[in-house]
Formats: sequence, C-alpha cells, structure tokens
Amino acid sequence: MNRILAIIERDLRMFKRSPALIFASLMLPLVQLVVLGYAFGGNIKHLKVGVVDQDHGLEAVKLGNKLNAIEATAQTFTTQPYHDLHTALTDLRNGRLNGVINIPPNFTRDVLAQADPQIGLAVDNTDNFTAGTLESSLANLVNDYYKNGITPRVAPTIALQTVELYGYTPYIQYFLPAAIALSIFITAMIGGGIMYIDDKARGVHEGYLVTPIGKTELILGFTLSGAIKGVMAGVILMVFGTLIAGIPDPLDPWRLAKMFMVIVPTSIAFISMMFLMMVRTDDPLVPRSIFGVLNTLLFFPSGAIYPINAFPSWMHWIAIVDPFTYAIHGFKALLLKNTGFAAITGDITFLVVFSLIMMVSATALFRRTF
Amino acid sequence: MNDIEVENITKKFGDFTAVDAVSFTVAHGEVFGLLGPNGAGKSTLIRMMTTLLTPTSGSVRVNGFDVVESPNEVRKSIGVIPQAMTSDLTLSAEENMWIFARLYGVPGEKRKRIIGELLEAVQLSDWAKKPVRTFSGGMRRRLEIARGLVHEPKIFFLDEPTTGLDPVSRVAVWEMIDRLKRERDLTVLVTTHYMDEADKLCNRVAIVDHGKLVALDSPMKLKASIPGNNTLEVSFSHVPPGWLDTLKGLPDVAAVTPSDNVFRITTNNGPLTTVKLFEAAREAHAEVASLSVQSTTLDDVFVYYTGRQLRDAVDEHAVYDISHIYGRR
Repeated sequence: MNRILAIIERDLRMFKRSPALIFASLMLPLVQLVVLGYAFGGNIKHLKVGVVDQDHGLEAVKLGNKLNAIEATAQTFTTQPYHDLHTALTDLRNGRLNGVINIPPNFTRDVLAQADPQIGLAVDNTDNFTAGTLESSLANLVNDYYKNGITPRVAPTIALQTVELYGYTPYIQYFLPAAIALSIFITAMIGGGIMYIDDKARGVHEGYLVTPIGKTELILGFTLSGAIKGVMAGVILMVFGTLIAGIPDPLDPWRLAKMFMVIVPTSIAFISMMFLMMVRTDDPLVPRSIFGVLNTLLFFPSGAIYPINAFPSWMHWIAIVDPFTYAIHGFKALLLKNTGFAAITGDITFLVVFSLIMMVSATALFRRTF
Repeated sequence: MNDIEVENITKKFGDFTAVDAVSFTVAHGEVFGLLGPNGAGKSTLIRMMTTLLTPTSGSVRVNGFDVVESPNEVRKSIGVIPQAMTSDLTLSAEENMWIFARLYGVPGEKRKRIIGELLEAVQLSDWAKKPVRTFSGGMRRRLEIARGLVHEPKIFFLDEPTTGLDPVSRVAVWEMIDRLKRERDLTVLVTTHYMDEADKLCNRVAIVDHGKLVALDSPMKLKASIPGNNTLEVSFSHVPPGWLDTLKGLPDVAAVTPSDNVFRITTNNGPLTTVKLFEAAREAHAEVASLSVQSTTLDDVFVYYTGRQLRDAVDEHAVYDISHIYGRR
C-alpha cells in the first residue's frame, strides 16, 4: 500500500508544481465549451446580399423596404445595391457576397398585371448553411409579401427563382479546406513549437548562438525551415484530399498553382505566429499544453466547420485576426468555386502582412545574449 | 598580446552576484583551467567570454576583440564546447559537422577537407556516416570537439568536457585536446571537476569560489603555496601519552589530524619529517605499524582554497530534463 501511495504522491506533487499542465487540463475543456458551444448552430446573421434593381418601379421599392425590414429586425443579411447584375455575380463568385437578389425590369408591371412576377436569387451554395439560410429567409419574404398591408383581391404569387452557382457541395468537400489548413497548423505546432523548445532545452540553440549568426538570420532560418515542412504537409493534404473528397478536376495545374500561392503564406503565418509565442519560452511543457487550446481557439472560429456569420461578435473578432480564417477562405474559393486570383488576393495579403508582423515582433523579442 | 583578457568582470542576476570582479589573462598557446565547486560561477564566466551573457560590469577581450562591442569577431575566433551534448542524434557525424561549418561560414570547397581532417583527428573517420544516436558518450564528446574546431578557431573553450565519461574515454578526450592544441596552435580554456586532469594538462589554473577568483597559478606553484606539501598517514602499535603533541613538534610539521589510531600529518618536508618520526617512535617504544607518504595534490589545493562545505546554489541556467523524450542524452 505504501508503495502505491508513494507513486500517487509523487505524481500529484509533480502535477501541483507544473502550472502548464494544470493550465492545459483546465483550460482546454473550458475553451472547448465556450468556443464549440457557440461555433455550431447559431443563427446565421449579416450575410452580404447584393440587390440589383433593374425595375425601379413602385413594387421594387416595396420589395426593397421589406428587405430593409429583415435587415433591421432579424439581421439575416445586409443589402448592398448594385447597378448591374454582372458585377454583382462576379462579387458573388469571388466571395464578397453571399447572395444576389435580382429584381427584373418588368417586375412592377408583372405584379400589377398579375403576370407571374418573379424575382431571382443567386446563392453561393458552396456553403450550404448560408445558402439555405438566404433561401429560406427570402422564401418567407415572398410568401408573406401581402401579409402586412392591403391585400389585393387577386394577389399575384411572386415566384422566387433560385439559382445555385455551383454543383452540390458535400460536407467532405466543405471540410477539405479546413483539413489542409489544419495539416499546416499541426506541422507548425510540432516543428515550430514542440521541437523548437526541446532543442532550446537541450542547449542546441546555445550552440547556434556562439556562432556568428545574426538574430534575423536565426529567425528567418527557423521560420523558413518550419514553413517548408508546412508547405509539404499542405501540398500532400491538398493532393490526397482533393482525390478523396472528389473535387472535380482534382489535378487542374492552374488551380494547384493558386493553391500553392495560399499554402506558402499560410505556412509562414502559422510558423511565425508559433515562434512569436515561443520566443521567450523555455519550458518544454508549454507548447505541449497550449496545443489543444490554441487549436480550439483558432480553428473553430475561422469558419472552417460552420459559417462565421453564425458566431457571436467576440468570435468574429477572433476570426478577423485569425490566419486560419484567411487560409480557409482562400482554399474554399479555389477548391469549391475554382475562382480566379482576384478572390484570393485579400487572403494572401492578410497572411503576408500577418507573417511580417509576427516575424518582426519575434525578432524584436528574441534575445541573442542574456 | 594575450588571447583572453578578463578585467574586473562582474555578473549579477538580480541581487545575486554570480561573478564578482574577476580578472585574469590567458596567453597565446596556454591551456588554462578554470576550477571551482558547483555554482561557483565557472559557467557564468565562460558564458560571458563566449558572448552568451553580457557582463554587468568590467570587460572581456578575446583575441583582441571586446565581447560586448564586437561579439561577432569574438565568435569567429572561438570554438565552444558547451557542457550539454548538443549533437543532433538522428544526423550523422559528418552531417552535424557540415551544418556547423555552414553556420560559421566555412567556404564550400574547404568544408569537406576540414571535416575529413577533424574526424580523422578525433578518430571518428570510420563513423562519419553513422547516426550520432549510435555513439557512446565519449564518441559524442569527441565529435563535439571536432565540431567546435570546424571553423579553425584560435581559442577553444570547453565546459566540463569529460564530465560523465568513463576513465578511458576521459583520457582519450584529453589526449585529443592536447594533440589538437599542439597541431593547431590553440589557446585552450577548460573547466573541469577532475583535479588530476587539470594538474596534468593545464599550464595554469584559476580557482573560482563564490564568484571570486581565489587562486591563480601553475599547478606546481599552487601545490607549493599551501601549507604542507606532503601528507603522511601513519599508525602505531600503541599510542604513547602526549603523542599528538610530540608529532606536532616534529620539524616542518604544519598540522596533525588524529583519527582513531591513524595520524594524518601534513608537512613541508616529507623526507625529514619521516626520519624524525621514526626516531621519535623508537624513543617512545612505539612501533610504526603502517606509513604512507603522499605528495600534495591539486585536490588538496582546491579544498584548501574553497573549503569543505557543500555548495547548494540555485542553478541560474536551469536546464529542463527532456531525456525522456529523446532517450539517452
């Protein structure tokens, strides 16, 4: 019995004196509770909808008012006026809009003449959650078109013609961009976090520091070696993932090239973020214990598994500064919509600026001598 | 010009003074030993000389360059073997050296030749392509010595290079350091806990205690500097009354420590004291049962200057033990 107690006592004493372990075992479930609790199934809000009014008639204004009413109350979407359909659809394809409402030229006349009036709704159905929300919201609007007002004797039924921009996106395809980003993140976490601190603890870095290597050279060396590993992981996941998930035309070289252009800054962003976190850390337990917390805190709010529009505002703020968000947005645009370069320039720009800030800060905090 | 000039150097960590106004110089071609109990400040001193720590005050010049003002010039002039073995275990001996040759900016055409020469010098040529994880502790240490010389430095710092090695490996490592020093015209600064090593190999040794330099000279002069340069351990058939005082009164005796029937006598003149001891024993009708005569060792010098109490100091460079992750360190 004494021997058993000795083992228990030793383990509990060690546990008590490892703040990193206590932190990990308490923080992870708490963070998961809060983040995952809000990450699934919230009401999707503030979708961006372009409205193209080609009618300019009384009924179009009336429809506009009803859209504004939804915008003000349920807040499902915010509308943005467009002059021509082509620009609106281009923005939809490039991910700047979630849907486009088209009010055709003869809408008022058709309503008044009771000649099967129609409005069009184009949705980006690569995200089934947002597309579904928009469709049901507008279907309700059309159904209740005459509810609050004077109902004409013979009320014309307004038809909602929904156009889905893309083929059906199964969830495995929806999740693929997240899996690619995750592979890069894990490589960064292991290479840039755990192995980096282990090397430091073994005294390997001291071996570097007695050579004439500069601070910037060291940070660049660490970052680029980590980034290369991240790129390799991302590329492997991209190739096998597209084949497994059944993405159409999986080996399209131009798309692979564009994917590569997002994978590279994503890898640099993750690894440089990790270095900034580890630059003043010595305890090998720290990267191991924050692994889960960081993963939960950055992965789920990024829109990887559910649209950002459904999250509370604090999770929005995480999404805004989270490199995952931009990596996943870029991968989604390319894999699910096969968009052009214009759809990913914003993502690439963010990831590059983010990497630069991380690397400059890490270099500033890095201590060449003590 | 001296290769190392340490002038009035002090390093404080908060309120704790790890190194307190230490000054010494090391001439070109010298093997200089830095001795001291655990926590005495040896590693802090070495870390300041090798640009890892900035001194709180005072100055250090290595190869004519100030460690604070021109750290990179210092780094180019020195090879450093840290206490912890830091070779990458999954890489081969040659790969480990290759990486460091690049870190030091050794030109491509020279790299291969120097690595070959150095592996030959530390007798690891046959192991050049083998992963370091298959090496014994002594082999790893030899590899690190070769690694530290890959950029042909002038001055070589070794922090406890033989700690943890078996006696045969220790001898091999020291022979290698000695040979490399002669062949490559090196100045060597070494810390060690093994006094016999320091005695045999160092031209001069400095003893550091509580962050202060307490003694500095050649091993021979240091041994001569402490009272009693021989120690007699003698026991008698019986102990006559007043015998301790008789022994203390023998010529040149510095101190007598009785322990049961055995007397430990330190003397400045071993042969004379021995002769007089026999005479005194005969007069007192006591027979000498056993006698051993020892010369003063550097151990005695060390204990004389640093005292006998254990040093329980906080390690300011706490190393996290991650051996469970990587196996043997």
